[in-house]
Order: sequence, then C-alpha cells, then structure tokens
Amino acid sequence: MTGPPAPGAAGRRPIAALRAVRRSAWTVAIVGLLGALLAVEKLVHPTLNVFDMQSLVDGALPLCLAAMAQTAVVLSGGIDLSVGPMMSLVNVVSALLMTHATNGQAVLIALGLMAVAAAAGALTGAVIVATGVPDIIVTLATGFVWGGLALHIMPIPGGAAPAGFAALMTGELGSVPSGLVVILAALAILWEPVHRSPAGLALYAVGSNRAAAYLSGVAVGRARVTAYAMGGAFAALGGFALTASTTNGNAAAGTSYTLTSVAATVLGGVSLAGGRGGMIGPVAAALLLTLINTLLTFEGVDPNFSLVVQGAIVVLVVMVAGLVLVRRRGA
Amino acid sequence: MGRHPMPAVNLLEVRGVSKRYGAVVALRSASLTVAAGEVHALLGANGAGKSTLVKILTGVIRPDAGTIEMSGRPVRFASPASAPRAGLAAVFQDPSLVPDLTVRQNLRLTGADPAGVRRWLAAMDLGVDEDDLAGDLPLPLLRILDLARALAREPRLLILDEITAALPADLVERVFHVIRRWRAQGRSVLFISHRLVEVRTICDRATVLRDGADVGTLVLAERAEQQIVALMLGPMAASPEALRPAGPGAGTRPDAAVRDRAGGASAAPLLLEARGLAVSGALRGVSLSLRAGEIVGVAALEGQGQDALFDCLAGNRRADAGEIRVAGRTLAPRTPYDAIRAGVVLVPADRVHALLPQRSVRENIALPLYNRAARWGPIDLRDEGARAGAAIARLAIDTRAQRQVRRMSGGNQQKVVVARWLAAGFRVMLCFDPTRGIDVGTKRQIHRLLRDLAAAGAAVLLFTSELPEIPLVCDRVLALYEGRVVRELPARAADEATLLRVVHGLAREEPPG
Repeated sequence: MTGPPAPGAAGRRPIAALRAVRRSAWTVAIVGLLGALLAVEKLVHPTLNVFDMQSLVDGALPLCLAAMAQTAVVLSGGIDLSVGPMMSLVNVVSALLMTHATNGQAVLIALGLMAVAAAAGALTGAVIVATGVPDIIVTLATGFVWGGLALHIMPIPGGAAPAGFAALMTGELGSVPSGLVVILAALAILWEPVHRSPAGLALYAVGSNRAAAYLSGVAVGRARVTAYAMGGAFAALGGFALTASTTNGNAAAGTSYTLTSVAATVLGGVSLAGGRGGMIGPVAAALLLTLINTLLTFEGVDPNFSLVVQGAIVVLVVMVAGLVLVRRRGA
Repeated sequence: MGRHPMPAVNLLEVRGVSKRYGAVVALRSASLTVAAGEVHALLGANGAGKSTLVKILTGVIRPDAGTIEMSGRPVRFASPASAPRAGLAAVFQDPSLVPDLTVRQNLRLTGADPAGVRRWLAAMDLGVDEDDLAGDLPLPLLRILDLARALAREPRLLILDEITAALPADLVERVFHVIRRWRAQGRSVLFISHRLVEVRTICDRATVLRDGADVGTLVLAERAEQQIVALMLGPMAASPEALRPAGPGAGTRPDAAVRDRAGGASAAPLLLEARGLAVSGALRGVSLSLRAGEIVGVAALEGQGQDALFDCLAGNRRADAGEIRVAGRTLAPRTPYDAIRAGVVLVPADRVHALLPQRSVRENIALPLYNRAARWGPIDLRDEGARAGAAIARLAIDTRAQRQVRRMSGGNQQKVVVARWLAAGFRVMLCFDPTRGIDVGTKRQIHRLLRDLAAAGAAVLLFTSELPEIPLVCDRVLALYEGRVVRELPARAADEATLLRVVHGLAREEPPG
C-alpha cells in the first residue's frame, strides 16, 4: 500500500531499496562473506566443481535447519536448548520406522514426524508460557527428555532409510544440490506463510518488546507457542537431514547442533534479545561455518583446532558488529 | 443488575472495584462514572490506585471484586485485546509501540486503520514516515502515534494515562485540540495527569482517589485546584511541615561534603563550572556555573540538548569539546564513576534505570557505598544500615514495601534515588525531571528536599519539564534552545509566561556567548 505522503513528514526520505539494504546490512554482509570465501576457494582450488558444492551443502544441511529452528525461537525472544536432542530423536525414530519402508512411505513417515515434533515444540512453548519458568531451563530439561528417549529407543546406532528418501535430501536435482531445495522449500512452505501473516508479525513483536506487544493487544502466549512449534518442525527437518546423510539412526548424532545452531543464529545477524533478524542470515552463516570447517580440513588442519577457529570467527564477527554499533550510537 | 431509573445511562460505571497484591492493597473500593461527551479527570497522589484502576479498565489485570459497566451493560476484560471490543482504547504511560517493527507493521499488529491514524495525525499537524522503525522515533512522537492509533479505533471511551508527561508544550496544545474535537462528537475521555493546570484546562469533572478509594468527584470550575489538592492529600494537607526532617545533628548525620558550609549566594565557592560544552547534534557550547547553596534550573522544550548536557556532566557521555571543573579541579569523566568520585551525582528521569528493582530499599541506597576502595571486603552492615536508615528518615520514605523497590510507588522510588546520594555524599546533584509523574504531595516534599540540600551547602542543577516548578525551587534559571543557553533569569522573574516565551526561542534578549 502506498498511501499519500504523510503530511509534515521529515523532508529527507531515504530511497526504499537503500533503506532495505541498510536494515538487512548484516545478512548482506554474511552472504557476501560466504560468496567471497567460495571465490577464494575457487581460486586456490580451481578443481572445485559441482560435486564439491554439493558435498558442502550436504554437510551443512543439518546445521542450516538447526539454525532455522533456533532462529524461529530466538526471534520471539526465547532460546531453545533442545534443538540438538530433538534432531537426534527424530533421526533415531525416522531411521527405525523407515528401515523397511518404501520411498513413498518414508515421505509419509517424515511428514507425520514433523507434525509430532511441531506439537512437541508447541508443548514446550506452552509449558514456558503457562508456568513462567525461564525458557532456558524448560528447554534444557526437554532436551534431556528428547535425548534420553533417543538413547532409550536406539542405544546403539541402527535403522536405515530408503535410498530414494536419502537422495531427496542429499542428492542433487538437476545441477542444484537438493539440500538447497529443501532449505528453500522449508522457507517457502513453512516460514514465509507464517512470517507474512499476523502471527509472524506477533512473533517479531513479542521478541522485540513483550510488554509493548501485550499492551497492543497481541496474544503474547500464542505467539511464543507458535515460535516453538516452528522450531520443532525445523528441528525435525534437521533430524531427517541426519537420517538421509548417514542412512541410519544415531542417538548422539544431533547433540552438537544445539550450540552450533545458536552460533549460526548469532552470526546470521539475529539479535539474541529477539525481534531483529531473519532466516537467510542464519542459513548463510551455517554454510559459512561449514565451509570454513571443510577448508581447514582440506588444508590438513587438526579437526579439533578447526573448532577453535570456528569459535574465534563467531566471537570476532560479533565483536566487530558490536563495536560498529557502539560507534554508531555514540555519534 | 436490574434496570435502575436513571435519566441518562452513564457511559462508564465502575462500582466498588478492589485489587490486592499479596498483603498490599492497591485498590480498596473505587467507584467512578464517566458520562457521554465528557472529559473526566482521574486524580490522586502516587500510590492512590490510579494506575491499578487504569490497568483494570484496560484488561491488563483483573479486579478481585467490583463491577464495570459500559452503557449499563456489565463488561469483563480478559486481556488488553478484549477492552477495545467494549469500546475502550487506552494510551498507556509507557509507549506500546514495538521498537523493531516499522510504524506500518505496528499499526497492522493492532489492526488499526492506517488511513484513520493518518487522519488523526494530520489533525495534530503531524506526520510520520510509516516505513521508519518505531524504535528510531523520538519519544514525544511515539506518544502522539500511540494516541492517533487509539483514536483511529473510534472508541467510545478513550483513556489517556499521563499522555502529556513526555510532551513539549506545543504538542500538548495539539493534543488538547484533538480532545476537544473528540468531546464535540459526543465521545468521552478519561484523563489521568498530575498537571492540575492541564486538568483544569481540558476536563469537565474530576474524580479523586486516595488510599485506594474514591474520595470525591467535583465539577472543575474556577478555583477547583485547592479543593483537588486538599482531597488528594487528605489529612496530610493540614500539616505540610509534618514531613520536614529533624534538623542536622538530631540523629541524621549530613555527609561531610554537604555539611561543608551554608554560604551566602554569590560569595559561596563555585562547585561546578562548565565552559563551552559541545556535543555534535545536541549541544553547541554551553557554559554554566553553580555555587554552593544554589539551585539552578534548566528550562527547555523536548530535545534542546538538555539530555546531552546532563549526560556530559554525569559522565554518561563525553563532550566533544569544553571543560568541566568541580570545586576548582578539572573533571573529564569517562564514566559515571569518575563523576561520582568528584561528587557530581545524577538523579535520572527514568527511576527504573536508576534502581535495582528487585532489591531492597537498603541495598539500593547503599549501592554507591560499595564502590569505595575502602569498603572492599566484607560489607559493614551496621554502618550501611545506619547510613541508609538516616537517609530514609530524612526523606520520609514509605518503607512498607521495602523488600523490593519495584513494588513502591513512583514518588517513593524517586526518594530512594535521592537517598542513595544522601548516604554516599555529594557536592553537586544533577536532577533530571525528578518530579515527572509524581503526585503533588511528594512533589512538594522533593522541592523542599532540594532546598534543604542547597541550604546545607550542595549545588543542584535541576531540569524540569514543569515550568511552574522553576520559581518555586530555583534561584536562577537557564533556558536552553537548540543546544545553547539563550537566556539566564533570576527565578523570581521566571513566571510561566516568560519562561514559555524563552524556551520557545522567542524573546532572545541576551545573545549567547
């Protein structure tokens, strides 16, 4: 809607496109950094081909989806420490159920599990809203529950997934890695409809300033529950990514993704205080973190040390951003 | 409820509403009626229950007992979302726009009609770029936007809770213009304000609350102010001196810095001097001096550099240029800690920022004491208790809710902020609008307190958004306009009309410099 220009508005009106770029400066910067790093890799290793690109996306897919799960919750002003264990649980259950399934059945199973995971997320959110217990404590506890259930169901790695299902998530579609298609589809089907609806606006509002949102008549509890339900659905997708890439179930497979999802979320420009950021940034950050890891491995750096590098990069980027912010405020 | 033989049904009828929080009774039994086409004031000292009643009327909290009727039909609100359906809309004391959303998104969030909001903004000669983030807009504009949003809902009853508190005088006038238009359409307003002059200007009737109950409703004719004040204060008004503390020496131990001397005006030592303070975009070379025993007022419209001036002096912000001297020594504070050590302390506008809301009165008062190197190691609880106790007694702080400062009324919280510096000791107190949103009784106490501090040898720099306060409290007044001191007046010459002209940048007789 382009209404008439507001009467008496300030004379200087920045061009809309410019303002959009400035508001999502962080996302632009992270995507740029990712592009630059890919270009450098191409220069250093001219042999880089589609297959490498695909292995990058395959490797990054679980983290991308975990970051999306975390982002949905963080935008609403919360945090979800059960993302990793939820991915493990979904991984284990799906591998178990899909052992003898056809591809078609596998897809149905996946859809069903996604609904269950979303419901579990909604339940977590409802507990947080209803009891007033801090989210960090509730999700830590539910994380133990999901992780424990996963171990209970599958004490040692096992199960299987049909090849077609695995190819759906980690193969390639035409010349595009299907992982990218999964991410884009998840954004288009799961996130955007909510993001563009009043519920999405409420989710951002509640994250930005809960008291103001409440006074504005926003159903704060519903918005927070929605965020956790979205988080559950994305975490389930992350679990499938694990199932597809390893074609088995492992109760420990998801554990590390809780904290790396927070790292990717922060690196992706989402404010941990809530209300600010989007989905593209965290996805790009997840790809960036994975790419750095791959490059370091390729260069023969000790994998343990590459964690140090990843951590340092997160701190560095966030620190630089913080300094820029301080300077801008001071001026 | 049966039908009662009343000639005209009141628009809003509140009967015997009560609310308690644990042991604290916020509302005992409050009744209130608002007629159609009426601007009705809700008045009362801080802690009288006004905010609680407003929260109940807007569905933020639910009452323990009592009934609320709109046009004779009982209503019950489960949340702020349900009040608009009954024809109520409110502008709260705190802006209710979400900072990270654009103005347009904020309007969409509440289902407000953007065209209606634009129309009401235009009626106030204002406009905003709807793609701006709400968080980037200045506070007065946010309040106006809040108001326009409420008006656009076309409610039958509009509740305005201290809407004028953060507004400069010219915007207040435009708000009143809109309220009059609103009333002319036969709609009603419940107007909550501490500014009695405004209440008399705009309201038809007023209901006064005291101690959680309504103590009277009166028609606002001439000379109603005395009556209102008497109702608000109750028995207290009879003995305004009752709260004056025992003189120094009788139990209260004035701090060394304060005790220093009680000198005569111009012979007294200079405690604070500032020369050519500048902050880009805010301050353009401000100089001032404060002597011991002096209260200097700062009068300004919103956004004329007063925030930057106080921030620079208090060490919250570094000036781009200029010099500050405290008692003859140069002070270039990098943090508030530096300023406090030199004896320059700040009582900020936002009490919530100055206090630890979940901690006790005593800890809040003792906080600056913890900073002293000599006090590292175990805290001397007896000394802390004595200092805090003395400050509490001196300021007559109501300590019924002392376990958590956030449960206290605004006026009492403000006293705790002042008490903190009494206990810690200071040379210069910077008070930034210390009486904003505080009731008349507490206001008087704070005025008297500032005079007492000055009499004991401290210097006070006081910014106030209420111009009539200046001749009451100050010795001199500086008028800030666009980052400069445009005029300095002795306080007795600073009647409201003169000040209004000066702060608007008119009557610039003495050029700065």
